[in-house]
Amino acid sequence: MGEKNIRILMAKPGLDGHDRGIKVVSRALRDAGMEVIYMGLHQTPEQIVEAAIQEDVDALGLSILSGAHIILFPKIMELLKENRVDIIVFAGGIIPDEDVPALKNINIAEIFGPGTNTEDIVKFVKEKVAK
Amino acid sequence: MILSEEELKEIEKKAKEWESTTLKNVLEKVPESKQTFTTISGIPIKRIYTPTDIANMDYAEDLGFPGEFPYIRNIYPTGYRGRTWTMRQYAGFGSAEEANARYKFLLSQGQTGLSVAFDLPTQLGYDSDDAKALGEVGKVGVSINSLEDMEILFNGIPLDRVSTSMTANAPAAILLAMYILIGEKQNVSVDKLAGTIQNDIFKEYIARGNFIFAPEPSICIAADILEYCAKFMPKWNSISISGYHMREAGANAIQELAFTLASGMAYVEAALKRRLNIDDFAPRLSFFFNSHNDFFEEIAKFRAARRIWARIMKEKYGAKNPASWMLRFHTQTSGYSLTAQQPENNIVRTTIQALAAVLGGTQSLHTNSMDEAYALPTENAVRISLRTQQILAYESGVINTIDPLAGSYFIEALTNELEERAMKYIGTIESFGSGEWKMLSGMIKGIETGFFQREIADASYLYQKEVERNERVVVGVNQFTVDEKRPIETLKIDEKVQEKQIERLKQLRLKRDTKKVEETLDDLKKAAQREGNLMYPILECVKCYATVREICNVLRSIYGEYREKAIF
Amino acid sequence: MAEPDIEVLTTQLLKGDRRAAAKLITIVENDPDAVKRVISRIYKNTGKAQIVGITGPPGSGKSTLINQLASYLRQKGRTVGIIAVDASSPFGGGAFLGDRIRMKDITTDKGIFIRSMATRGCKGGIARATGDAIKILDALGYDIILVETAGAGEAEVDIMNASHTTIVITVPGLGDDIQANKAGMMEIADLFVVNKADREGADIVVYEIESMFRFTDKRGWKPPVLKTAVIEAIGISELAERIDEHFNYLKENDLIGERLKRRVEMEIANIAKEVMVRELEEIRKSEAYKKLIEEIIEKKTDPHSAADEIMMMVKARYIEK
Repeated sequence: MGEKNIRILMAKPGLDGHDRGIKVVSRALRDAGMEVIYMGLHQTPEQIVEAAIQEDVDALGLSILSGAHIILFPKIMELLKENRVDIIVFAGGIIPDEDVPALKNINIAEIFGPGTNTEDIVKFVKEKVAK
Repeated sequence: MILSEEELKEIEKKAKEWESTTLKNVLEKVPESKQTFTTISGIPIKRIYTPTDIANMDYAEDLGFPGEFPYIRNIYPTGYRGRTWTMRQYAGFGSAEEANARYKFLLSQGQTGLSVAFDLPTQLGYDSDDAKALGEVGKVGVSINSLEDMEILFNGIPLDRVSTSMTANAPAAILLAMYILIGEKQNVSVDKLAGTIQNDIFKEYIARGNFIFAPEPSICIAADILEYCAKFMPKWNSISISGYHMREAGANAIQELAFTLASGMAYVEAALKRRLNIDDFAPRLSFFFNSHNDFFEEIAKFRAARRIWARIMKEKYGAKNPASWMLRFHTQTSGYSLTAQQPENNIVRTTIQALAAVLGGTQSLHTNSMDEAYALPTENAVRISLRTQQILAYESGVINTIDPLAGSYFIEALTNELEERAMKYIGTIESFGSGEWKMLSGMIKGIETGFFQREIADASYLYQKEVERNERVVVGVNQFTVDEKRPIETLKIDEKVQEKQIERLKQLRLKRDTKKVEETLDDLKKAAQREGNLMYPILECVKCYATVREICNVLRSIYGEYREKAIF
Repeated sequence: MAEPDIEVLTTQLLKGDRRAAAKLITIVENDPDAVKRVISRIYKNTGKAQIVGITGPPGSGKSTLINQLASYLRQKGRTVGIIAVDASSPFGGGAFLGDRIRMKDITTDKGIFIRSMATRGCKGGIARATGDAIKILDALGYDIILVETAGAGEAEVDIMNASHTTIVITVPGLGDDIQANKAGMMEIADLFVVNKADREGADIVVYEIESMFRFTDKRGWKPPVLKTAVIEAIGISELAERIDEHFNYLKENDLIGERLKRRVEMEIANIAKEVMVRELEEIRKSEAYKKLIEEIIEKKTDPHSAADEIMMMVKARYIEK
């Protein structure tokens, strides 16, 4: 019956409090019919991965603006792997271009920088999850 | 009234004629590009403004003269002719040594004041060796664990000759205590220290997210600082009431103006509640605004802010000292408006925003750098943004006269409109409140119910959707785009900062007098359980090299930690 | 989802695998045809957990209270399952599930399992799949399961049927709501909590609620009214004690069985109704259905006789399966 509801976990690892971006994206995903689990600020990699397991989400969106992505994204990806959680991970925030290849290398599917159209993110999630 | 009724009637008549002849003829052939024109915050803008739009304005009462009530024209009688604004670039990253070097570079380039950025662990009361600090040490600011780091940060910088602004909020009392003690070590007494401590906790709940405790105890600590500064620090701004971050979080200009002034009123009431005399502390309140893309709306916002504040302080709170009526403010250009695409365009955006701040009469200014959609700015990028200010100040001629846009029918009408809309919001916030201090309780209620967060989230989503529907043009993003992607040079933060900081902490714990640290922390705990100003026991803790986390943990054990509301 | 997966997952679930529990909850949420296969495999292993429903208007602090209560229960050595329900948007069916924000302290404790759930169009404050999700966490072996309803403010009867103990939370300043929902509140509450009790007006709220119960007797159990202030964790231990007290009261008076009977009665009626509706919806898409409409318009038959025919088709479809 019907199509499956996409469940998506949105998390802010690290300590920065800039949540305008993640909230705008969350709202766009919700308006596109998805169930968005938002964890709030200041999440550790352990908290995020544990939530991804319990919530059995289809995708995980991460946002960091402080530059801590260099340390925290790999840590999260490692923990996901360790726990055999195979989901789409995408990220946004303030992330220099030169860091992007390394992040894609550890299986972060896409990096959405400032100025990204939220419709593009919605489309991306829908396509990736459908696969 | 500036013009007589007959004169106004005559203008109105002529305007109607113009509409039915000259204008009509053109519109029939070439319609305008849009049905309605609005500011970014949605205020409709007319085709043309005339004296009839400011018919009720009274020159003496509503405009007046610089240095006189209601201060809309400027708080100083000589404007920038006496002295230009303070060029103050917010900076700091890495270890105290690196940040110290950047400050010395900025001072050598002609910057006239320092603005210290602390890293997030420091701002949230964690030391560098805390699990929560992983990856964050030294990233968005300098890492400060104890007085020792602060000593290095200001090494060779004479505190009697620079003014320093510190973006510290939840742990403001601790960092201010450190600065006072550095002054002592340099033989600069506390009354000679000049600068600002941000100390604005409201906007942390509303927009910036760097809070530790719940609103009520946090406001108590903020009031402790107001009280302490009123007593001992005549040249120090005890708070910088900030709309900047609300704007960055997506608020529009009206919300920024209203929520900031409402916060200011709430702090005033928090101090009055302690039986402080308004004229003892109000002259040291300062403000911090954003300068965004909508040029005229921003200028009107700054002007309206000065007039509203002067009226509120004089008429509502009964301040007698003119210095209490003056709204002094720092401005930073909008970080949110910067684009990752074609980053050089950001130099132009920043220039226009900086010009708005200057025409709006700012006391100090930070101009963003072109690469900040990617990372913290490089030295080269910072130099260009500082040069932007210098070109405005020394080449453009904008400083020659005071408040040059005053009397423009449009600017005055827009200033009135912003004032009116902001006052409506302020009234709403006040209506949330109860008891003797309505603005104070109204602000807290607004935060706890998520009122501010929801208003801002809605404005932010609306703006984003307008951009996505191409109703708002963002050059290089939704129009005039290019395909080629050129790498831009960005600043790299040494990932070893955390290791170094952890090592320094270890050494510190061996060196310092542990017993004294414990004693002072215990005294702080006792003080936090009763009423009384916490600045004094915190100064004692800091003096013994207690760390930021140690001090915050004592307070956490009494006040608990706050969790934000889920508002989208 | 293919059959073998469910077999593997349910086996893992019964061994205490949390990932399996998470995946099974997704299945019961999404796939009505698979629910039966999941529940039939684990039903024998349910009935051990103590189930507590927590309802109250938005802003009453349900999530924060659960955060504190769960921390306390963990200190006492009990494992805790949490199902936090939020409303789906009527437009487009999306949802914000934000209850985890308030539960930060407990999210990495392996003795706690938190699942956020959207109502997906259900009105009663919980989702269609909430009852099955409770069974899955029960079979996983968690001692106590806390269910937070979507909390639109009205009396949520479904949660009462799903749980042993139902807690209704309110806060000072929402007094009118209590009056407005008086009857419904009395019906569902086994325990009242006045949260944010450090605020002005808390004692008045307590008095108002107590006076509502002055002349009622819920078969010997008079719902106690507790005061809590969750940020400071005041009143949490007493709340935990009262929850157990109510549970023991049910046991001692043989009311657990009665509650179970009531729940099962509702449950099977609901499931049967759902099955029928689902089959009916399928039939409405068929050619035969369109033909019936034509025949009614042409007066060859009438709506009531046509409905009889449709019921026969429902039955035929179901037997075929």
